Amino acid sequence: MEYEVKLDIFEGPLDLLLYLIKKNEIDIYDIPIALIAEQYLQHIEMMKYLNLDVAGDYLLLASTLIYIKSKMLLPVEEGDAGETEDEPDPRAELVKQLLDYQVFKEAAAQLDQRPLLERDIFKRGLSAENGSAERGEDETDVEVSVFELVEAFYRIISSMKEPEFMEIDVEKLSLADRINEIMEGLAEKKTLTFVELLRDSSDKRMILYTFLAILELMKLRMIKVYQASSFGVIRVVLAAES
Amino acid sequence: MEETKAIIEAIIFASESPLTVDKIREVLHEFDRSEISRLVQDLINEYEKRRGGFLLQEVAGGLHFRTRSDLSFWINKLMKAKQAMLTNAAMETLAVVAYKQPVVKSEIDRIRGVDVGSSLKGLLEKKLVRIMGRKDVPGKPIMYGTTKKFLEIFSLKDLSELPTLKEFKDLQDGTEALGTESRIPDNVEI
Repeated sequence: MEYEVKLDIFEGPLDLLLYLIKKNEIDIYDIPIALIAEQYLQHIEMMKYLNLDVAGDYLLLASTLIYIKSKMLLPVEEGDAGETEDEPDPRAELVKQLLDYQVFKEAAAQLDQRPLLERDIFKRGLSAENGSAERGEDETDVEVSVFELVEAFYRIISSMKEPEFMEIDVEKLSLADRINEIMEGLAEKKTLTFVELLRDSSDKRMILYTFLAILELMKLRMIKVYQASSFGVIRVVLAAES
Repeated sequence: MEETKAIIEAIIFASESPLTVDKIREVLHEFDRSEISRLVQDLINEYEKRRGGFLLQEVAGGLHFRTRSDLSFWINKLMKAKQAMLTNAAMETLAVVAYKQPVVKSEIDRIRGVDVGSSLKGLLEKKLVRIMGRKDVPGKPIMYGTTKKFLEIFSLKDLSELPTLKEFKDLQDGTEALGTESRIPDNVEI
């Protein structure tokens, strides 16, 4: 069994690099590239080990670090103190990028400290109950996943009467029709339960279409599906209402 | 005058989104801007002095009644389902857009050192960021900027109210020299 660990410590390669610089208490204008490159690669190894998705961006910066390191290893021609000044420090651009990034990282932190609407500050008219007028008092909502829906679907299918002989039906059904019917039903009643939606559909095809319609509507974020507890009633509401 | 102030108070209260002074004038056209602004300021001060549960605040170029930020704990208790706030990554992207707008994606990528495609898309979906147009350089990349909703969410009067960062100004000159797109002259002959 594989475990997926998600560590959101670093927002990107530059963030990791900044972290290493701070950790080692290094002067950002005089980065010991060899040391930092080594630690950087170690961290990438660790991230790989933890099964983290090491994005290409991390590798790009790794190659930049190694490039700078190799460049700094090359002897400067003539070796005169005067000559070296002509050659720009290979680290210069990286330092600039780091400083640039640091500014915006701080800006982001400052933005986050502002009083945010719907976190620190509220305006009138927020619906406290998320449109739960007709619901039991202590039903707290848990958004259900597709898996729960599939389970509920299976329960309904298996509770159906004995299979009848197939009839070639002339009535044409389309997914779009069923989607529209569900949306109309919801517009009228605000909330419908999963069972209610499937009740009036006795044949398998209708149930299938209903189920597909619900999945499609969820994908389009036009409806939201909630369940109060496991095996509880699954409720469907319009997304715009909440 | 007291009655006029009451009218202003009432229409701000009834408005769902921040109400501009111009909008107030549409209702009270016999008054001029400065008079209305003065009455509005009176109201702001009154609420400030009262120190009640909410204040009259200037956000996104308008006026709006909002709760006191130090009472958030109690309101959050009422709204059980808490809104998902922005991730750090999204916040960083938003900060770059806010301070550098209009800005193209490649510039945000460069500053953050990662591909910001997904966080930018999330911000567009949340309507915090909008497309401002296309940059007049080869490829015509899309330029992004922040929205009015951004100002509302972050309780800002306007963009100039964004906190200034000490190093920001000095560094801006630095980035100018570094920037690639912005250096391309408009009249490139092909």
